This record gives sequence, C-alpha cells and structure tokens, in this order.
Amino acid sequence: MNQPKKRERINDATPALNAPYLLWSLLFIVAPLAMVAVYAFLGQNNTFSLDVFRSLFATADGRRMWGKVFGDSLLYALAATVICLGLAFPLAHFMAAGRARAQRTMMMLIMVPMWMNFLICTYSWRTILETHGVINSFLSWLRLPGLKLLNTPGAVVLGMVYNYLPFMILPVYSVMSKLNPSLVEAAQDLGANRRAVLFRVTVPLSLPGVVSGIIMVFVPSVSTFYISQKLGGKGSLIGDAIEAQFMVPDYGKGAALSLILMAIILVCMMAMRRFSDGEEGSFIA
Amino acid sequence: MKKLIAFFLALGMSFGLCACGGGKQQTINVCNWGEYISDGADGGLRVVQEFEKRTGIKVNYTTFDTNESLYAKLSGGGASYDVIIPSDYMIQRLIAEDGLETLDYGKIPNAKYIMEEYRDLYYDPQGTHSVPYTIGMVGLIYNKTLVAEPPASWGALWDPRYQGQMLQFQSPRDAFGTAQYLLGLNVNSTDEAEWRAAAEKLKEQAPLVQSYVADEIYNIMEGANAALAPYYAGDYLMMHDNNSDLAFVYPEEGTNFFYDAMCIPKGARNLDAAHQFINFMLEPDIALANAEVIMYASPHSAVRESPDYTLKDNPVLYPETLPKVQCFENLPQSILGLMNTLWTEIKQK
Repeated sequence: MNQPKKRERINDATPALNAPYLLWSLLFIVAPLAMVAVYAFLGQNNTFSLDVFRSLFATADGRRMWGKVFGDSLLYALAATVICLGLAFPLAHFMAAGRARAQRTMMMLIMVPMWMNFLICTYSWRTILETHGVINSFLSWLRLPGLKLLNTPGAVVLGMVYNYLPFMILPVYSVMSKLNPSLVEAAQDLGANRRAVLFRVTVPLSLPGVVSGIIMVFVPSVSTFYISQKLGGKGSLIGDAIEAQFMVPDYGKGAALSLILMAIILVCMMAMRRFSDGEEGSFIA
Repeated sequence: MKKLIAFFLALGMSFGLCACGGGKQQTINVCNWGEYISDGADGGLRVVQEFEKRTGIKVNYTTFDTNESLYAKLSGGGASYDVIIPSDYMIQRLIAEDGLETLDYGKIPNAKYIMEEYRDLYYDPQGTHSVPYTIGMVGLIYNKTLVAEPPASWGALWDPRYQGQMLQFQSPRDAFGTAQYLLGLNVNSTDEAEWRAAAEKLKEQAPLVQSYVADEIYNIMEGANAALAPYYAGDYLMMHDNNSDLAFVYPEEGTNFFYDAMCIPKGARNLDAAHQFINFMLEPDIALANAEVIMYASPHSAVRESPDYTLKDNPVLYPETLPKVQCFENLPQSILGLMNTLWTEIKQK
C-alpha cells in the first residue's frame, strides 16, 4: 500500500513544481530560439525563404570562408575538450579515491577560479602571455629568448581550457565518487589487474560523466567569442562572426549562422550519445 | 488545479509589483562610451554623483564600446535610455530612422557655449537632435624606441619591418578607414569595388597585425608591447601620461574627424530629466572637468577659454594646421553588410 500512495503524491506535485522553470524556459529559451528561427528563415516579403542561407554560401569564396570559420571553431573546441578530458579524468579518479575531507578541499580549489569573473580571468591571461608579460619577463631574466605566446591559436585553446576545465572535472568526479567500490573489488576478485579494472570497470562506468563533461566544455568552446578576441588577437571564430553580424545589425545572417552552429552542435551531441550508449552497452550489459 | 492557478496568480502579482515599484524617485538611464566622463579618478570631479546631488535625480550610468553595439542595444528594444552619446554617423542613422527625440533648447540654455563651427553639422543639419560633447581625430600612435624612424604615412602600418608589432582597430569602420586614407578612397563610398580594394589592402596587412584591439590598447601601448597603432588622439594623450616613449602623428594622407554628441533616443521615459542632464554636462565647470579627464578636444567655448584648461594649447588636440580630414557618414545597409563580410574574410588571413 505504501508504494502507490507515495507515487501519487509525487504525481500531484509535479506540474506545480515544474511551472516556474516551464515559464522561465518558455520566456527565455523557447521564445528567443523561435525568434532566431524566424529571423533566419525570413524572406523579402515576410515569407518563408532560404535566401539568407543561400546568400551565405552563394559564392565559392563564401563557401570557402564559412567552411574555414566553422572548421577552425570546431578544431579549437575539439582541442580544448581533449586537453580538458586528459587533465580532468586522472584528477577526478585521484579525487574520488581520496578521503572525504581531502575531496572537499580539492573540490574547493577547483571551484575557486570560478568565483572570479570569467572575463577578468581571460583578460588576465593577456598580462601573463604578452610580449613583456610575466612569462617573457621571466625568460628574459634567465637570458632566454622571448616567446610569442599571446595572439596564437595556442593561447585561445589555453583560454578555453582554463575557463571550462571545472565543467569537465565536476561531472566526471561526481560520477566517479558515486561509483560502487564493490564493483572494483569484484573485478579484482575475478582476477582483473589494475589496467583491466581501469579500462573495463572505471572508465565505462564513468562514461556518463565524461559525456556530460565533453558537452559542457565543447559547446561553450565552439561558440566563444570573447576568448578568441582577447587571446587570439583577431577573433576569427564563428562566435566572433555571429557577434559581428548582430553589430551591423544583420539579424538574418546572425540568426542563420547561429542555427547552423546549433545544428552542428546537435549532431555532435547525438553522435556522442550514440557512441557512449554503445560503449556502455558493450562493456556493461 | 486550483493550486496551479493560485501559483500563477501569485507569480503574476510578483511581476506586477516589480514593474510598478520604485516610487517617486526620478531616474534616468545614461549610456556613454567607456572612460568618457570625469568619474573621480585622479582627483577629478565625480560628475554623475554631482548631478545627482544638485538635482536629486538618480542616474543609471552604463557604457558601450562601439557605436554599433549601442545601436544594437537601441534597436533590440530591450533597453530604454534617456541620454546617449553616439558618434556623428550613428546620429545620422538614428535621425534617418526616426530614433531620436527633437531637443527642446529652452531646457538646454547652456547650449549657447557650443562654438559656432560645431553647430548644425552634416549629421544633424538643423542641430535639432544632438548637442556636441567631444570632437577628435584619429592618428597614428608609435613608440619612439621601437620604430626605425618616426612614421609620417599610414603606410607604416603595412611596413613588414613592424610585423607582429602593430595593432589595428577592432571596429571595422575605423580599420577600413586606415586603408581608405592610404589608398586615397572616400570613407563614405557606396561603390562596392572601392570597399573590396580596401579589404584587399587590409588582407595584405593581416599577417603583420599583432591584434585587433579596442580598450586593451592602453595596456599594450603603455607596456611597450607594440610599436604602432592607429587610435584616437585623446586616448593617446592618456597613454602618453603613462609612457613618455609614445608619440603621435596625423598621417599625411589624411584621417578621420569625428563628433560625439548627446542625444535623447525615442522611448526615453524622462524627457525633462534627460534635458537637465544634457544641460548639466554643458555647465562650464562640469564640461571643464570632463575635458580634463577624458582628454578629447572640446567644442565648448567656456572650456577653450578657461585659464584652468591645461590642454588649451595642446598640439595634438588643437593642431595649428588641421590635417586633411574625412568624416564618417551613415552607409547604406548593403555596404554595411558587405563591409562586415569582408571583415570576416580579413580575419581569416
């Protein structure tokens, strides 16, 4: 008797509890997205048309340019995501194995950079990487030649990694910390060595966290414009191009480019989900 | 279900409360360029607080960084400003689109201080929509210790010797300007071929450019992290205060002369207070405090005649012989779109 009663209560509470977020998302997510779509598909006489998209890719030059802009953005974001994963996975593994107190401390340390405004953090990297910045001053003090660090692709990727790394660590860590240790013990009992435990138990079980981490790093990286402008010197990524359209302002082009970017992100995410489901299936089931 | 309705009612009421809260206190929203008012730094007058003290009107003071971003804020309809200070070509555009209120000069008696030559200019021929705040020119800033010889031409920005040591404007209109002066083109051209020619020139320059900058230019030039940069004369004076190795020249091919003027956008909620603010900014002591701090040239007769004005004879702000100049005018949407596409292409080089 207990079970159904409980469920009833939850059912009763659901719509009202959802209402604030429902209203929020209607106002600030669904409506703006609909407006983006309207602008992107708006033709000359307020009719549906693909003119904006056609105008973007009408000439060979246009296709080449947008191909490069989108390609570069995806490449930069991919590099940042891979680096974040490479840093975050071992760290999360290490954290999850620590004592509760140590875990809390490490968690704090990871969160501290996020207390500072992201724009200020990014801008501060300029001071570190500049021609006469912190690093180059140190090198010249050692009588070593200076390095060109700022306004390079590397600086942009660094900015992405620095800003979004916590978004990779947190989900990976939260999945790993809830990993049932008896599964690891069982694997060890069954003769698995450390390598086998890592690759056949820990990694597959933490994949959901890895997948959300990848999404949470990749999506903001691929659409950033501040980092590429302040650390890359030019602002040559798709986020910059979209921002520039809204400054003309050419809402149509800006909206169309945004939609294309969203579609690309969506495809990437679906591919990821598919990949991770497959992995989970083959390893766990 | 009843609970749900009650919830929405409550939610609606709380929104309603937010909307009509505030009471009797008068408020105006002012949007100005960054670092474009005396704000108490360096011991100057705190102009906004002074206005609040003298009138009892509260000021929400916000800043913008390009004319285009201000326009985006206005046309997006999300913001309501009472006073804005855009540049000439943007004022022209806003007037053409019926985006500005007609000023009531009865409420701006201090407009009498505006010098004759800065009244009723091309962007606002009857002077009905704007009152000049500052004027200025673009020039070439260089670091004496980092250049082989003092540059005299915009061509220095295409000199391969300075590869990686030059900056360029982040705002496309200004960046295109530097190429247009060099090529002897009209900055207000509506000929697409001319814009493409300027874009080719900028593409040629792109590999030499260290970065495309806005306000970060202060740190870069003051820290000797670049040798050359095109920028506004007033900002050069500010940089020069912090690094005396910097020098400035108006290149021989000519340059941009601009006006920034105070306007009241359509949709302003408090016209009376907006006029009061504009009039206040033209008070001789306030105008002087602003001119001293922001270091742009002033169109205000009382400032120019004041014995306390330290920049009175500054050769950068008030050169004896004016360089060849071009003013920006509003461009048709098709040219703006083309400029923007070309700008994205340039960034890919």
